[in-house]
Order: sequence, then structure tokens, then C-alpha cells
Amino acid sequence: MQNFASEISAALLLILKGDAELWAIVLLSLRVSLLAVLISAMIGMPLGAALAVGRFRGRRAVIVLLNALMGLPPVVVGLLVYLMLSRSGPLGVLQLLYTPTAMIIAQVVLVTPIVAALTRQVVEMLAEEYSEQLRSLGVSCLASVPVLLWDARLALVTALLAGFGRAIAEVGAVIIVGGNINHVTRVMTTTIALETSKGNLALALALGAILIGIAVAVNALVSLLSLRAEQEGLSHA
Amino acid sequence: MRDLTADTMGTLEARGLLIGHNGSTLLDVPRLLLDGPGPTLILGPNGAGKSLLLRCLHGLIVPEAGRVLQDGHNLGPIQKARQAMVFQRPVLLRRTVTANLDFVLRRRRLNRPARRVRIEELLHEGGLAAKARQSARSLSGGEAQRLAILRALATEPEVLFLDEPTSALDPAATQAIEKMILRASSRGVRIVMVTHDIGQARRLAADVVMMQGGHVVEHGPADEVLQNPRSEAARRYLAGGLLI
Repeated sequence: MQNFASEISAALLLILKGDAELWAIVLLSLRVSLLAVLISAMIGMPLGAALAVGRFRGRRAVIVLLNALMGLPPVVVGLLVYLMLSRSGPLGVLQLLYTPTAMIIAQVVLVTPIVAALTRQVVEMLAEEYSEQLRSLGVSCLASVPVLLWDARLALVTALLAGFGRAIAEVGAVIIVGGNINHVTRVMTTTIALETSKGNLALALALGAILIGIAVAVNALVSLLSLRAEQEGLSHA
Repeated sequence: MRDLTADTMGTLEARGLLIGHNGSTLLDVPRLLLDGPGPTLILGPNGAGKSLLLRCLHGLIVPEAGRVLQDGHNLGPIQKARQAMVFQRPVLLRRTVTANLDFVLRRRRLNRPARRVRIEELLHEGGLAAKARQSARSLSGGEAQRLAILRALATEPEVLFLDEPTSALDPAATQAIEKMILRASSRGVRIVMVTHDIGQARRLAADVVMMQGGHVVEHGPADEVLQNPRSEAARRYLAGGLLI
């Protein structure tokens, strides 16, 4: 118990004194996850909006598939991205394996379905409400997409934060494609796993506390934005 | 801004409109010509086909048969661009009052100074100048409907369709909206409005279309239809009877 208490105080000290190694890991984690969410937003939002307003054969099947992809097992994604990027894989020539870029790719694969599926839900609900009015104003189906995305912005930020929550807390995929290399691809989750197995609980606890802090902050922001979206009459729930 | 007299109002005509569902007729209008001055009010019980007719005339619903002509031309993109519609429940963008008006003015490719001037005029007309920067979603029911009408008028329509715009409003809010409608009509905008309110028809209508069961049972000058209805359905409806 005494050891545990001393590990916690050591962890707090690491955070408070601004330990360079700890904050480098935190910053790399944030960089990887934020870039992954940004790319996912660029792919997932137009995709989700197109699915919401478009009417084509097989649309229902695509939606079912997209919703199913929200629950992709991270280790399976890690394995697939690993196979794509490994030297003998189709993208091996790019030599991206064990780089932060590989980790971003894996997170994009995990987060894009979440962003696209939530965007589809939010935009479809809004499109139902706006449909006749926009048609009456002469707005075409295609031209309605930016209108709907803008008017659903609060709920869509919530979708992005949900994606960020998934990315920042992810461990299985990034450890496979990143390799958990010190000062190169070591992020918060993979460091916690490694340092715990080594018995270096202070660093693991410090990173864990920061990760929880980020998770709480993101969830608080999601709740706040969901509340505002509800007040605006729009929520993905 | 257009400033036309009632004499210059264009015509609106429905020919052979037919919509059915599961073997039953929802709308069957062989011919309906709206060419007189002043507002046309469409009266009838629920399910009479009033809103369906309005949506057909505006091109939101394509009938199984028949066509709509505006000024003698088939309803196409050019004609639709000269029409606007206000719905029973106002659908406002999740933006400020000003941004809702700006949205349609931008689509009309007005430059920024022209948009600003027009928005000020519209806000003044609708008594919403004090709410300009407020979220449109926070407006009261009457204010929201006024904004919806202003936004429709911002498109400079030749025909304005209104689907029971005052059905959920109190007398004061209804009066404000009726004034806006009459002003628009006096400027030459053809008003075609659905209502359940016989009193409203008496206050606003130049001509009345009476509907039941998807059919136009009577159409004529408001005084004639409201005072001396020819059809049994119109007589019963105007007498307050339950038309089922």
C-alpha cells in the first residue's frame, strides 16, 4: 500500500514538474489522434451526408455495413493495416510501418465509420425536416449537403469528439502498426501497457491520469454540445 | 422589389390533376383556374386534399396525371423559381433571423450591400428588427411564422402558397400574419392559402376553393361561396357541420 501511494505521488510529480518524456508522449498521442480525426472528418462527413440525402440501390445495405464498421475490433484493423504496409504488402514500398503515419492510418480506419455513421444519422434527421422547405427554395439535393452539414454543426462536433475519444484511447491497432518505439511511435496507451509490464507504475499512472483527464474533458464537451444540439432541436441520440 | 398591382397577377391553372393511393383517390381536380385578383383561400375538412393540391401546384409532389400551368407555361424550374411556400410548421434554418433571410438573398446572387438593405426592409416589414441577431429557433410561434413568410417574400415570388400558416397561433399573431399576406397580395403576389378557419376566409379571400374527398366541390368569388354556397358539402362545412 505504501509502494502504491509512493507511485501515485511520483506520478503526480511527473505531471507537475513537466517531465519531458511524459509530455512528449502526450503530445505525440494528441498529434496522431487529432490528425486521424481531421482526416476522418474530411472523409466521413461528406460520405455520411451523401448517404443521408442520396437515394440509390443498395443504400440500406451500405448503412448497415457502415453501422457495423463502427464496432471494428482495433486489433483486426491493426493487423489489416500491418499487412497493407508491411514490406511485402501492397503499400510496403511507402515504408510507413512503425511510423506515426501508420498509426494515423489505423486510427482513420477505426474513426471514419464512426464519423460517417453519426453524420448520416444527424443529417438524415435534419434532411427530413428541411427537405420540402429546401426544395421549395429551389435548393437541389447536392446543394442541400453543405446547408445540412452547417446547420447540424453542433451535433457533428459531437460526432467528431466521439471519434477522437475512440482514437485517443485506442491501443490494439497502434501497437501493431506503430511498434511502440521509444521517442518515435510510443503513445499514451501503448506506454501505459509497456511501463505497467515493466513495473514502472509512476509513468503509467501519470499517463493514465492524463488520459482519463482527456476522456473526461472530451465527454464533458460532448455532453455540453449534445445539450446545445438538443436545445436547437437536433441530437444524434 | 416588385411592386405590381393586382391586375398584373399571373394565372395559375391545374389540369387533370390525379393522385391515388391503394385504389383510393386522394386528389382529382379536372380543372382549376386561379386568375382573379386577391388571395385564393382553399377550405375543407382534414383529408380533403387541400395541402396535396397546394404541393402539386408548387411542384413538390408530381401527380400521377395532369399538369400545372403558370401563366400558360408548364410548371418547370423557371416557374418554380417564381413561387414560394410557407408551411404549417415553419421550417427555419438553425441560424440567426438575419441569416435565414440572407440565405435566400445569397441564392438570388444579391451583393452584400443590396442584401443588407433588403434584410432591413424585410425585418421592418415583419416587425422582427429587434430580433435580427437572435437564433431563429428561439422565436415564438408567431414570430417564426412571420420570419418564414418574410423569407418566402425575399425570393420575390409571383405566387405564394401558404399551408395553414396560422393554425397554431393566437389572434394577435394571426392578425399580424394576415396583414403581411394582404400587403403581399396588394403588391401583386398571387396568394394561395389553405385554411380551416372560415372567419379567416371571410377576412382575406377574394375567391374560395372548397374541397372534399380530393375534389374541388366549389370555386368562386368569396362572397358567393361563403354567403350562398351551391354545393351541399360547402353548405354543411360553412354551417359548421361535420364533413367526414
